[in-house]
Amino acid sequence: MRYLTARKRAEGKGASGTGTEHFWYMKMSGVGLALIIPVFLVAFGRTLGADRAGVLDSLAHPAMAILTALVLFFGLRHFAAGAQTMIEDYTHGSTRRGLIIAVTVLSYGMIATGLFALAKIAL
Amino acid sequence: MVQLTLPKNSRMVTGKTWPKPETGGTMRKFQIYRWNPDDGNNPRVDTYFVDLDDCGPMVLDALIYIKTKIDPTLTFRRSCREGICGSCAMNIDGINTLACIYGMDEIKGDVKIYPLPHMPVVKDLIPDLTHFYAQHASIMPWLETKTNRPAKEWRQSIEDREKLDGLYECVMCASCSTSCPSYWWNGDKYLGPAALLHAYRWIIDSRDEATGERLDDLEDPFKLYRCHTIMNCTKTCPKGLNPAKAIAEIKKMMVERHV
Repeated sequence: MRYLTARKRAEGKGASGTGTEHFWYMKMSGVGLALIIPVFLVAFGRTLGADRAGVLDSLAHPAMAILTALVLFFGLRHFAAGAQTMIEDYTHGSTRRGLIIAVTVLSYGMIATGLFALAKIAL
Repeated sequence: MVQLTLPKNSRMVTGKTWPKPETGGTMRKFQIYRWNPDDGNNPRVDTYFVDLDDCGPMVLDALIYIKTKIDPTLTFRRSCREGICGSCAMNIDGINTLACIYGMDEIKGDVKIYPLPHMPVVKDLIPDLTHFYAQHASIMPWLETKTNRPAKEWRQSIEDREKLDGLYECVMCASCSTSCPSYWWNGDKYLGPAALLHAYRWIIDSRDEATGERLDDLEDPFKLYRCHTIMNCTKTCPKGLNPAKAIAEIKKMMVERHV
């Protein structure tokens, strides 16, 4: 039993002073991805049926490489930000913080791996 | 946090079926959630039969009929019986609404009545709204001014007054907040649609001089940004208000401060 007033419980630790940046980033990256994902799909789709050398040549083209890098970076950062929201919705305490760290590490790890692979192909 | 199963002491058990009144009128079957903190039993659903020929048209009329003529232990809040006080908010036929303005003719089949969802129950159909009211108080639901008080009154143009329409009418019945999954899972921190609608009502009041402080107090991933525009709040509001739009307007103002 803790003799806290209802107001004290409602106030908690007060406002954290963050949140809008995350909200705005989700909107911006969402709009950006809505624009570049279809272009990427069309561009990458044109290589369907080509042999391995053809696909590598396509990815090595500067425009395609830049587009792929953008999709990798913003797609995975958007995923991480969205997953963070979901984790905050459904978990509490240390589990919440642990999962947010895991998702952040996973997204940056996948970005690094993807960009490394792309660099090997394109450069 | 999300809860997919009910705690053991909240699981429903079979309730009592009360005898039909021997009045010979048209009967309507009611299934009503019952829980008494004093008897130590799990909640149950009792079945009642209401004589529609001897009862008013609203669900609240039927509840009063049951309490008066069948089971005086049935417990619920009610006061104004015209949708102004917000006391009789409950879950009727799966919808959070006010029993006094919800007609029995709007319901097909048996009438199922539960307390507002995902709130601690005080008894039967009465939820504990202590935290809900404290959250409302935390948004400072009053006029905050810094300028010296004018000699006569704080003036407001007709256009600015019109901006409060659709906001000031909220009766704090908690139907919206208790219909919101985000409020179910994170109600300890998330203010919920009702408190945020009231927050917006004071943020856009042309006479209020604490706009920045009010927005600062909402700048939080949980207090404001747990709203995912699910819009159950707007769908269920018995007064026809739009808390989701009010929350979206607050988010818009937040972004305008940043960008």
